[in-house]
Formats: sequence, C-alpha cells, structure tokens
Amino acid sequence: MKRIGTKNRVAAWLAVVAASALLIGGTTVSAKVTEISGAGATFPYPVYAKWAAAYKEKTGVRLNYQSIGSGGGIKQIKAKTVDFGASDAPLKAADLDKSGLMQFPMIMGGVVPVVNLPGITPGAIRLTNAVLADIYLGKITRWNDSRIKAENSDLQLPDKAITVVHRSDGSGTTWIFTNYLSKVSSEWKDKVGNNKAVAWPVGVGGKGNEGVASYVKRLKGSIGYVEYAYALQNRLTYVKLKNRDGGYVVPSSATFQAAAANADWSHAPGFYMVLTNQPGKDSWPITGASFILVYKTQAKPETGKAVLEFFDWCYRNGADMAAELDYVPMPDKVADLVRSAWKQQIRDANGQPVWK
Amino acid sequence: MKQRQQTGTGTEQMDRGKVLDTLFVQGTRFFAWMVLVIILAVLFALGKGALPALEKFGPGFLASSSWNPVTEDFGALVSIYGTVVTSIIAMLIGVPVSFGIALFITELCPVWLKRPVGIAIELLAAIPSIIYGMWGLFIFAPLFADHVEPWLNSRFAGVPLLGSLLTGPPMGIGMATAGIILAIMIIPFMTAVMRDMFEVVPDVLKESAYGIGATTWEVVRRVVLPYTRAGVIGGIMLGLGRAMGETMAVTFVIGNTNRIHASLLMPGNTISSSLANEFTEAVGEMYTSSLIALGLILFFITFIVLALSKLLLHRLSRQEGLRT
Repeated sequence: MKRIGTKNRVAAWLAVVAASALLIGGTTVSAKVTEISGAGATFPYPVYAKWAAAYKEKTGVRLNYQSIGSGGGIKQIKAKTVDFGASDAPLKAADLDKSGLMQFPMIMGGVVPVVNLPGITPGAIRLTNAVLADIYLGKITRWNDSRIKAENSDLQLPDKAITVVHRSDGSGTTWIFTNYLSKVSSEWKDKVGNNKAVAWPVGVGGKGNEGVASYVKRLKGSIGYVEYAYALQNRLTYVKLKNRDGGYVVPSSATFQAAAANADWSHAPGFYMVLTNQPGKDSWPITGASFILVYKTQAKPETGKAVLEFFDWCYRNGADMAAELDYVPMPDKVADLVRSAWKQQIRDANGQPVWK
Repeated sequence: MKQRQQTGTGTEQMDRGKVLDTLFVQGTRFFAWMVLVIILAVLFALGKGALPALEKFGPGFLASSSWNPVTEDFGALVSIYGTVVTSIIAMLIGVPVSFGIALFITELCPVWLKRPVGIAIELLAAIPSIIYGMWGLFIFAPLFADHVEPWLNSRFAGVPLLGSLLTGPPMGIGMATAGIILAIMIIPFMTAVMRDMFEVVPDVLKESAYGIGATTWEVVRRVVLPYTRAGVIGGIMLGLGRAMGETMAVTFVIGNTNRIHASLLMPGNTISSSLANEFTEAVGEMYTSSLIALGLILFFITFIVLALSKLLLHRLSRQEGLRT
C-alpha cells in the first residue's frame, strides 16, 4: 500500500513539474523577451552598463549584468544560470568545443603600469619590457638601478626601494598582464607563468583595480598595473613602454587601436586572440580584448536571439559610448566576422540558425 | 468528542493546552536539532569539496607554504600563519583594553557618563566590518606608515628578536596593521559582553568586600572576576572567533601576499582573506578544492579554540573546588 502511495505521489509531482515546464517553455516562445542576463568580467562592466541603459531606452529590453569576475562568468555560463558569460581571458578553442560554447570579442582596452614617484609626471618615465619584467621578478629593487637610469638620463630617480603592487584577487587584468610578461621574459614564463592569479615573486596585493590604484597612490616608490580607465580616473602616473618594434608609446586609445589593428581575427579559430606584444611601432604592448560566451545550441532561441540582437546593436551604435569611457570599440570588419560566425554556429534545438 | 464536551470546558482547555505544549516542545526541539544538523551539513559539504585537494597534497597541505595557481601546487601554511598571528596581535591589544573599559563603566565611572559610553560601545559594535577596513586603509595605514613605523624602525633596529619582528619597509599595510584593526573591531564586542557580566555581580558581595577594607583592585580580582569568569572567557572567545573569521577589513589592510615574513610590518595573508580574494575567479577543480580545504581548516581551528576554552573553564572550576 505504502509503496504504491509514494509511487503515485512521485508520478503526481512529475506531472506537475512537466506541466509547469511546458507552461514556462510555452510562455517564453510566445512572449517577447524583455530581460537578458549575463555575468562575468569586471573590466568591461562600465561600458556594458552604459550600453544596456541606452539599449533599454530604445527597445525596452533590460540587461541584468553581474560583474562577478571572468572566472565567475565562465562558471555561471557553464552552469547555465545566465544567458551569456563574459571573460577578459579568451577560452581556447578546445575548451569551447568541450562545453559547447562560442566566444566573440566585444570590446578592447589596455592595461597600464603606474608608478608613485613624487615629481615625475605621467608618461615621463620610460621602461623597457625587460626592465618591467625584472621589477616584477624582484631582480630590480631600487628606482636608481642603472638599468632604469640608462633609459631615463633626463630624470632625477630617487634612491628608493621599489614596492611592487599586484592584484590579490584572480582577474582578467592579471591574465593579460602576465601573458605580456611571459611573452617578453622567458624567465617570467618559466618561473611564474600566465594565469588569472599567479605566485607573485615579490610585492603586495590589492583587491580589484581600485585596490591596486589606492595602494599605488598610498605607497611612495610603488609600481602597479591597472586598467587604463582607472589610471585616468585616479590621475596615476603611467609609464612609457618600449614595444617590440622599439618605439616608446604612452597608453591611449590610439596606441591600443594600433595594437588591435594588427590582429588577424579572420584566422583566429574560436576568436582566440591575445593582443599583447603586437608588432607595430605605435602598438601599446599590454592590450587585451574582452569576450562574450554563449551556447552554440540555444535551448531558448528567443532569449538567445535577444542576446545577439543586443550585442549587434552595441557593435553598430556603441562605439562613441565606449570611446567616452576610454575603451576601444571593435572595428566593423571584426563585427562582420562575428555576425557571420553567429549565423554559422548558433542553432536552436532543431538545428535552425538563431541569427539570420 | 461529545462526551468530553459534556464533561465541561475545563478539561477541553487542558487538552488544548496539552496540544499547544507538545507543539511548543517539539518545535523548540526541532530547532535545536537543526543547529546540529546544519553544523554536520556544513562539515560534510566542506569535507566533500576539500577532498580532491586533501587527497592530492595529503597532510603536507598544512605544512606547505606554496600557493601557485599556475602549476596548481597549493599549501595552507601561509594562510594559517597569518590567521593565527593577526588574531594573537588582536587579542594582545583587545583583551586588556576591553577589560579596562568594561571595568571602568561598571565600577569606576560616574553615573552620568555610564549611558553615553555604554551606548557608544554598542554603536561601535554595530559598524559593519567593511567600514573598519576602509578606515584602516585610507586613514589608519597612512598614519601608521608615516608616524609609527619609522619610529619602530629606528627604535628596534638591531635589537635581537624584536628587531626582526618590528622593523621593515614603512608601507602602513601588513600583518601588524591587520592585527590592530582587528583589535579595534573586537574591542566593542568583548567590552559589551564583559560589561553585562560585571553588572550582574550582586552588590551585596562587592559591598561586603569593600566593607572589610578591600581596595577596588582587590574587589575586582577577588570578587568580580571569579563571579563572572565563565562570561568573561566567553566574551574573549567571541572576540577571538570574530578576529579569526574577519574577512573584508583584513583583506583591505593585510597586503595579500602569500609569503611568510619574519617582520610583522610586511604583508601577509589569512585564510578568510585568501578565500575572499580568490574564490570567485578560481577555475579548475584543484584550485577550488584547495580553497574549500582552507575553509575546512578555519572551521577546525575555531573548533579547537572553542574546545580549549571549555577545557580552561572546566579546569578553573575544578581548582575553585580545591581552594575552598
């Protein structure tokens, strides 16, 4: 008796669940999608928020974006709790295939080394890639080291210890910065490597871009790295870097764009593209793109389409808003590539393309 | 039913009372058991999450000071060291100060000052920890770096032991700053508990002690403290628990570096600040699992501290029996 009872109850519950699933599924198909949700990278959050506000005014579709960090974004999209994920570090093509995701670049920006040296103006101090790597390796420990002086004969460099500041939290910014250091220093590549968090040989850790910015402001003789927008907002003293073609460049949207212009997106499988240490005399060496992750097979094609429509609108209308916030918009050529990738790769459950 | 109704309303009321009573008893029992169930569930979840890391690194996890997300080689020593050292600093400063404040409020303070000071303490206890963290980073750390650390450096340079402990680059952030901020945070808590304890000591006891010529200190030492011992130790443990688990305030000022330095002025790391920093971005099973293992270790440290305090209380009450 009892057994049959529980069985019946299970059956009843299953019926209820199935019915409500049908109901929910039915409503999403018929009703227009009014909200899309995403989670991930903190670096592009200001520009996504700005785009979302403008887009809501135009279309009434609301974007709910949680800037919980790139790793968090990847976790959330893999758990399917959000419609799209966002990451500052691109996923490798193999990893994308394994989880059935596709990625596309949305916005670009630069990571900027900043220093606290009283009396030295922004862009005045010149560092080579090797010197920057050796500072972060703990091999150059004082500001009046002969290797720093060699490039800055016009500056009065103090006899002060260098305090290295890095991110304490895992971060896409750190991923881009350590990717650059690994490319320019084989010692860095062997000893430390490239990741969102690494075992830093020296220094103190600040939480978030704002944490690093406040430590650098606080500690005389310090050097840190932040997103370009934070360097500007906090009026930090950024450095001039010598890029791989030997040109000295200051961080600006022009030098970020120069780095991005060389990138050959059409031959990057899965849009896997890292923009650090790019060729060109005007290229800022620590440039990076921020990526969006969506499922190739969309269980809810209406929502999937709404997400793509939003990003399509951003590619078309978002450039000025991005530039206002010191980000670099994707070139139209790349946007076209992304659109054709959507058409080819993103399907609904029946294999029909979601983006037409 | 009908029969009962006939026998009168008195029995019916009693019946209803009985039902309510059983409901009440069962309800309270349920919630009490829930506490145990939740603790076991937390332990289970932490244990399950930490298993891959504990299996890979073994007991060496506790002794290894490496923390490398690139090579996925993790150890808990630095975080444990930081948690213990910052808590010790916090207790060294916090316990005497809050003891003094509580004594002043209950025994020595003029009546008109009692309420304002008492309310101020309660207000301090209600300030969210992140506020202490921001204050620590923006106000306290600069002052500490510019005025205290240079003095420490000039005073203790070359002194054995203390020299290596109290000298270092004057950055203002580090283990010492974290410990001091923690002390400031837990003082209101411990003070509030101790004050409440001291206030319940019967006046008769104190007055008789004063009557036979005891000084204020003797009254405190011989009457107030023995009477309130359990409560005072409880309050200290509450503060210690908060100090060990505090996350945001410490993350702001400790410098978040995974290395053990001899000097207290150098940056470090605690278990909870590591978790706060790295959990959201930890991708990969071993990384996440190692962080959960850190959480499990914190759970055990708290458990051990609690057990030790119970043991201490037990010892004290046994000694009390012997003395009389």
